[in-house]
Amino acid sequence: MIAIFAQQIVLGLLLGALYGLATVGLALVFGVMKVLNVSHGELIMFGGYASFWLLSLYGVDPYLSIFLSMLILFLMGVGLQKGLFVHVTKLGEAVRIKNSLLIGFGLGLIMHNLAILFWTADERSITPAYAGLGTSIFGVVLPLTRVGGLFVAVLAIAILHYFLNRTYLGKSIRATAEDWESATLMGIDIQKTYLVSFALGCALAGVAGTLVGVGYYISPAIGLEWTLKSLIVIVLAGLGSISGIFLGGLLLGVAEALGGFFIGMIYRDLVALILFFSVLLFKPEGLFARRMR
Amino acid sequence: MNMMALGKPSRFLVPVLLVGVLAATPLLIRETYYINLLFLVLLFIALAQSWNILAGLAGQVNLGHAAFFGIGALASRILWISGVNPFLGILAGGVLATFFALIIGLPTFRLRGIYFAIGTLAMAEILRHVTKNALPILSLLPSAYIVEYDLTPRYYLALTLALIASLTVYILVNSKIGLGMMAVQEDEDAAEASGVSALKHKLLALLISSFLAGLTGALFAFYQVSYYYELSFSPTWTFDALIITFVGGVGTIIGPIVGAAFFVVFRELFARFLVEVHLIVFGALFIIVVLLLPGGIIEATGRVRQWARSISSR
Repeated sequence: MIAIFAQQIVLGLLLGALYGLATVGLALVFGVMKVLNVSHGELIMFGGYASFWLLSLYGVDPYLSIFLSMLILFLMGVGLQKGLFVHVTKLGEAVRIKNSLLIGFGLGLIMHNLAILFWTADERSITPAYAGLGTSIFGVVLPLTRVGGLFVAVLAIAILHYFLNRTYLGKSIRATAEDWESATLMGIDIQKTYLVSFALGCALAGVAGTLVGVGYYISPAIGLEWTLKSLIVIVLAGLGSISGIFLGGLLLGVAEALGGFFIGMIYRDLVALILFFSVLLFKPEGLFARRMR
Repeated sequence: MNMMALGKPSRFLVPVLLVGVLAATPLLIRETYYINLLFLVLLFIALAQSWNILAGLAGQVNLGHAAFFGIGALASRILWISGVNPFLGILAGGVLATFFALIIGLPTFRLRGIYFAIGTLAMAEILRHVTKNALPILSLLPSAYIVEYDLTPRYYLALTLALIASLTVYILVNSKIGLGMMAVQEDEDAAEASGVSALKHKLLALLISSFLAGLTGALFAFYQVSYYYELSFSPTWTFDALIITFVGGVGTIIGPIVGAAFFVVFRELFARFLVEVHLIVFGALFIIVVLLLPGGIIEATGRVRQWARSISSR
């Protein structure tokens, strides 16, 4: 019994790490640009497919193709920002959030149906030779690919943290998030900062997509689910800090696992909704709210 | 309200004629194919108008409209199959959807920005998952129901519902409450400063919107011979409502009507493709409308007319 319980917690943490990684990309874009890109989940899905095809067509190991998936999504992000979202960033904040929601929704719809058109609606997994392997500690199974996902997620978030705190470009992104008008006065090119932030958010979706495809499964329909999980994590954690968001992801993962364990798998998804409402009612600024990053 | 006092009688000529033609159609056309198609147009008009009330008037983006549609469908279907009068069941579906709207509206409307959109999306998706897990079966009507199934009363119900939804938008637009909603959409602070309660107006718009969405879902459940329970919670109901409203013209009365007709015809034309090509096309149209033409088709035709007039007067 205890082993089953511990197993659920561990699986929840491993999935939660990906919730965290998925959310960091979305929150970066939202925090800096006040653009809520609800097609973030579809970008994750595209990242998953990039690695899937790189493995099945050219035999590229998924942990290697993470870089390619990142690059592809980064370039997609540049395209989307320059073609679409740049028009939104010129609006006032309230209209900007609303219109970015709408555009993201339309974009997600298009990407979802394009994915069905290109790759059929089947569920697929990225399965390198070592896909089924895993170790067991005290009766708790640790699937290798999911543990790998946890490591990569932590690494990616650490690198992002370093970038935002230690590099000039990163600091200019944080300054823009804090107060874009002052940032402009300090000579920061806002549109360039927006472009880098958006593309970076997409690149993070690429990393998350590969990890989702390796550890779990991808299909054209997963986008909305991942967007939703990310949005719930944002509500749970607030936009305060990257580490807070990562913690929020872990929390959601564990909460869902516990929900599945105690109230049954059928109703495990309700846990997220209950968490969401409880936080809104009692601590609407988020559980780990602090000043921006 | 005296209808004639509102404006020239000619303003009402076209709508009244349209309703008359639609009401006579089942008597003139016998092919169920066309009645079915018209039924769907009417269903989507009702659905889009219900979304339009909240977004077009009060300015709140509901990303989980499917939740209210689905609750209406699920509740009325179960009541109907267990022997309750279908009309009572449909009404119950609407009421239950409104109740859920209250649950989501109260906590999220106190906060601004993204919370309502996230809350509705979360509710719709999670209800879909729970329904999929708890009722993973096909809902098939009992054979006695199938024997006496008749499309015509369903068609008239759809016509009535589409009419009620459109009239609701019309009445709201011309009422003080509707003006309050539009004031909230324009600027919440300014509305509050002029004594218009933002929370009250947003909630009212949501309750009306979800009640109509619940009725529409219930009508869908009354119309389908068989469907998976999960289907009525599918996010496509939200997508469709949103796209139809925007492509037609958000915040207008005719917009969702024109949009729904376009949408159903377009979907039918592309039906032979396996993939939902119409969604890709309409998704792109939708983005173009949001970015470049916030008034949708209605605004576009207005502009073309203006342009034609300026040409002819030259």
